[in-house]
Amino acid sequence: MPLSEELRDLYQQVILDHSKNPRNRGEIPPPCLHAHGDNPSCGDEIDVWLRLSEDGQNIDDLKFTGQGCAISQASASMMTQKIKGKSKTQAAAMREDFRRVVMGDGAPADEDALGELILLEGVQKFPQRVKCAMLAWRAVEQALDSAKA
Amino acid sequence: MDWHRIRSDFPILAQQVSGHPLVYLDSAATSQKPRAVIQALSHYYERDNSNVHRALHELSARATEAFEVARKKTARFIGAASENEIIFTRGTTEGINLVANTWGTQNLRAGDVILVTGMEHHSNLVPWQLLAQRTGATLKHIPVLDDGTLDLAALDTLLTEQVKIFAFVHISNSLGTINPARELCAKAKAVGAVTLLDGAQSVGHMPIDVRELGCDFLAFSGHKMCAPTGIGVLYGRMELLENMPPWQGGGEMILSVTLEGSTYKPPPHRFEAGTPDIAGVIGLSAAIDYLEAIGLEHIHRHDHNLAVYAIQCMSEVPGIRILGPQSGQRGSLVAFHLDSAHPHDLVEFANTHGVAMRGGHHCTQPLMKRFKVPGTTRASFYFYNTIEEINRLVEVLRAANQFFS
Repeated sequence: MPLSEELRDLYQQVILDHSKNPRNRGEIPPPCLHAHGDNPSCGDEIDVWLRLSEDGQNIDDLKFTGQGCAISQASASMMTQKIKGKSKTQAAAMREDFRRVVMGDGAPADEDALGELILLEGVQKFPQRVKCAMLAWRAVEQALDSAKA
Repeated sequence: MDWHRIRSDFPILAQQVSGHPLVYLDSAATSQKPRAVIQALSHYYERDNSNVHRALHELSARATEAFEVARKKTARFIGAASENEIIFTRGTTEGINLVANTWGTQNLRAGDVILVTGMEHHSNLVPWQLLAQRTGATLKHIPVLDDGTLDLAALDTLLTEQVKIFAFVHISNSLGTINPARELCAKAKAVGAVTLLDGAQSVGHMPIDVRELGCDFLAFSGHKMCAPTGIGVLYGRMELLENMPPWQGGGEMILSVTLEGSTYKPPPHRFEAGTPDIAGVIGLSAAIDYLEAIGLEHIHRHDHNLAVYAIQCMSEVPGIRILGPQSGQRGSLVAFHLDSAHPHDLVEFANTHGVAMRGGHHCTQPLMKRFKVPGTTRASFYFYNTIEEINRLVEVLRAANQFFS
């Protein structure tokens, strides 16, 4: 059965591999930051656990659990690999760049930093899946915000 | 029956999606509309559009006539004793909310029990949860067995004299189970409970006779049976309706109004405040004519044959788990889980092959929890679907298995 190019772009091998073999899957024992993200309309769920450095500026460790479609799970897995060890500021910049990529909303400021996350740009052609790709990122943002409060 | 000719009555089906002929397998969400219904709407707007009941001019007379003829037709269509037992609503959800907010608020007290089942659509669950909160009544449910049928053994312990209303789905939108409505209504009646049947997936798919079923209320939607969206029906037994207070207040539902208070019309108008969805009612009327010309028995048999064929072919797809009854009478939908792909990925994949299905929790989250699945993919059929389309679906499922694993 012939497959459309858009579909192949959306579900590249790397993405399917991350969804089936997610990296950094699991929980971090407390003390840590935690947030739960879900898409009520489709039922996708992600929990993220973050451990910050002593000065509170660096994401020293990051894990996730959850269930959902290949896009939400792959995005979470790839995200953990990329922002683990980065500063909160760098993570926020990557989040914005990633948002631009999946929404087709202008060029990312630092494409190299995104690395293989750029492969999720196929989501652009599937606007209803943007919320899947952003789910884990929103959860991380929420967890970091909870530290400010 | 020339089902291929009947299919050609639906203009929307003759199109390509993603470069493939459209295979529309989402009729449980909303059915497609035959030309006769679409033409009835444009005819109405081009010739007869006017507000009903309130004016003496020619157009209003025509619109009112068509509107009230539709009420009579609907009553006959579901076997109601009188057209005054037919209340036009926005859909199944509004019908259920109407009962919960009028009959429910009037009759329920702390200590009373509202009984539902574990396979209800959120629309036949949330209104009762709200009613329970308001009145202090307790909400209980009949569990669902592994085969997707109701645990009828539990029914006898749950259906006590404390049960004031038993609201249940006729055909489950997530399992395809056809519940034994007549038997359930009889048992409820024996303990003095009022029954509400959610007919969203059954009316328009099989012959329905409310007096034979013995239900007190029946709620259904037009848009799942070839009529437009925005129109639905609540049937209620007159003895109950005439003792129920109004729900929404406004024009058309009153006898007289003073600044101090009002008196209300008898049913059904008591429950139809404001300008109704006149065009929707005209469309519903045309849909009933259309379905009756084919014959509800024929539709039911064809629906059933499609479901049986689908289950037979789909069962052979590796890694598939089909929910709901696998044999016997069942509704024309098949909900399933494929090991290789999450429902949303599968639905996306199918869409690029022109196959329209729905993936997710189908507004039955408690049921998804019960069967320990995050969601399912659902292929739902109506009489315009064909064996060839089911073959196409199976091809797509096999291709998805290859693609995702």
